Parts: sequence; C-alpha cells; structure tokens
Amino acid sequence: MDIKTVSPDQVVFWQWGPVSLNATIVFTWVVIGLLVLVSWLATRRLSSDVQFSRWQNLLEILVKGMQNQIKDISHQETGIYLPFAGTLFLFIAVCNLLSIVPGYTPPTASLSTTAALAICVFVAVPLYGILNRGFLGYLRQYIRPTMFMLPFNIMGELSRTLALAVRLFGNMMSGAKIGAILLAIAPLFFPIIMDALGLLTGLIQAYIFAVLAMVYIASATRTHQEREQKQEKKQEEKGEKSHG
Amino acid sequence: MDSISLIGMASVVTAGLTVAIGSIGPSLGEGRSVAQALSSIAQQPDETNNITRTLFVGLAMIESTAIYCFVVAMILIFANPFWDHVIAK
Repeated sequence: MDIKTVSPDQVVFWQWGPVSLNATIVFTWVVIGLLVLVSWLATRRLSSDVQFSRWQNLLEILVKGMQNQIKDISHQETGIYLPFAGTLFLFIAVCNLLSIVPGYTPPTASLSTTAALAICVFVAVPLYGILNRGFLGYLRQYIRPTMFMLPFNIMGELSRTLALAVRLFGNMMSGAKIGAILLAIAPLFFPIIMDALGLLTGLIQAYIFAVLAMVYIASATRTHQEREQKQEKKQEEKGEKSHG
Repeated sequence: MDSISLIGMASVVTAGLTVAIGSIGPSLGEGRSVAQALSSIAQQPDETNNITRTLFVGLAMIESTAIYCFVVAMILIFANPFWDHVIAK
C-alpha cells in the first residue's frame, strides 16, 4: 500500500470486466485459508493423554482463555457465545498480526471488512437476545426504562455499530498509513518501531472488538434477566408481607 | 483566488486543525482514566484483571473519538470529494 491509497480496496490485482480482485478480498481469503489449514492440522491428532502435540496445547490455551474471558464478561455458560466471539477475535488478530509480512496489507484496514464484521455483531446481538429472552422479551428492552427512550435505544444500537466499524478501520488504517509515511521520510529505522507498535495495537484492537461484541451480547441477554429476577423477588416479598 | 487553491488550502488547514484539536479531549480523558485505574489497582491488586479489562474497553471507547477525527483528516487529505469534483471539471 503506497502513500496515496487510503484503503486496500483500491489496490486491484486482477480485473475482468466488472469482476475485480482487490487486495482486501485476496488477503481475507489468505487469512481464512490459513486459519482453516492450521486448525485442521492441529486438530487432526487430538489426544486426551498426558502427552499431546504443541499445536493442541496452543489451541487449548486459546480456547480456554477465550472461554474464561467470555465467562468473566457474561457470567453465563460460554457454549453458544464461544464460536461467534472467538471467531471474531481469531480472524481480526490473525489479520492484524500478519502485517509484519512484507507485501501484506491487513484486510481490516479497509472499511468494507470492518463494516461487514460490525454488521455481523449488529445481527448477532438481537439473535442471541431473542434466543435467551424470547421475541417479546427482547423487544421489551427497547422501551426501558420508559417509552420515551425508544428512539435513543435504536440510535444507540446503530451508532455503536458504526463506532465498532470505524474504530477498527481507523486504527488499522492509521498503522498502515504511518508505516507508509515514515517509509518515505525516514526509511532506515523508524518504520520498524512503528510496526512493532502496530502489532501491539492490532492485538489490542482484536481483543477490544471481541470484548465489545461480547459486552453488547451480554447486555442484550443478561442484565435484564437479573433485573427481572430482582423484581420478581421484590414482588414475592411484598406478597409475603401482605399475606403475613 | 480560484476554487482549486481555495479547496486545497481549506482541506489541508482543516485536516491539521481536526487532528490537533480532536486529540486534546481524548488524551486528557485517557490520562485521567489510566491514572484512576492505576490507583485502584494499587488499592485492590486482587481486582487487577477486572480493572484492566474494563480499562481497555473504556480506553477504546474514548479513543474512538480521536480516531473519528483522524479518519476525517485522512478523508480531507487523500479522498476529498470536493477536490475530486473540482479536478474532474
């Protein structure tokens, strides 16, 4: 990516009529292929023995760590959340970390990729909410605490999706951009430092994206359940008092 | 002054101002939140994991305002629609 192009969408590798293959599509498929290949190779010979391969060890640490994080955030069983949040984290992390490979531009530096990921979260939140609380139960949270909050709740839902997309895009794009600018100004040493910093930012951004997605899902499923339980308890206590 | 130089000048100056002013608020906010998080970690070292995670999420929220400013500045410099319109004419 040179200094003039803002997003890897503009880097076209191959064009045939209206069909074009740009850097975003190519590198997204590279990342997907890499993830599938590595996890297929690693899970080929799983063992529950004391002796197991280091790849299995790596995957176990990853999955266990993600399960712990999800449990910490949502205080629920991780079963149905792990595939979604874990995939988001792994995909974005691999996308960002591969940026040390020369010639590679992270697909997350394109607004199309990050918008697609944010729309996935936007769709997943109501899905999980409805799965946990039922259709009406989920819709009811939009008119909480009062009816007047309905437009604000809807606005919040939309604006946080936009924020998710633009945050990841801005961070990764700024990393690639600063690399390109420094390469033009001081090509010897400084780009390496900024690249190292970019690795840190990339990993933190992947973590933040997954955690925020999980926080949104948890807020659609959990807090209201707790509130309802509290209300039920209060009502029961009131009932007991009035009976007593 | 013709419109090309006017638009070019306005874009460059505005891009610089956007990043300069737009980074003041988030940096103050991030400094405050990190200082607060450090002092609460010093008071309750057992809660370090929770505090750190909440800190990172909060920092991401705060930082996104600065990132918006950066994106706007980048659009003004590299993908300015008004500049493209004037050049195309």
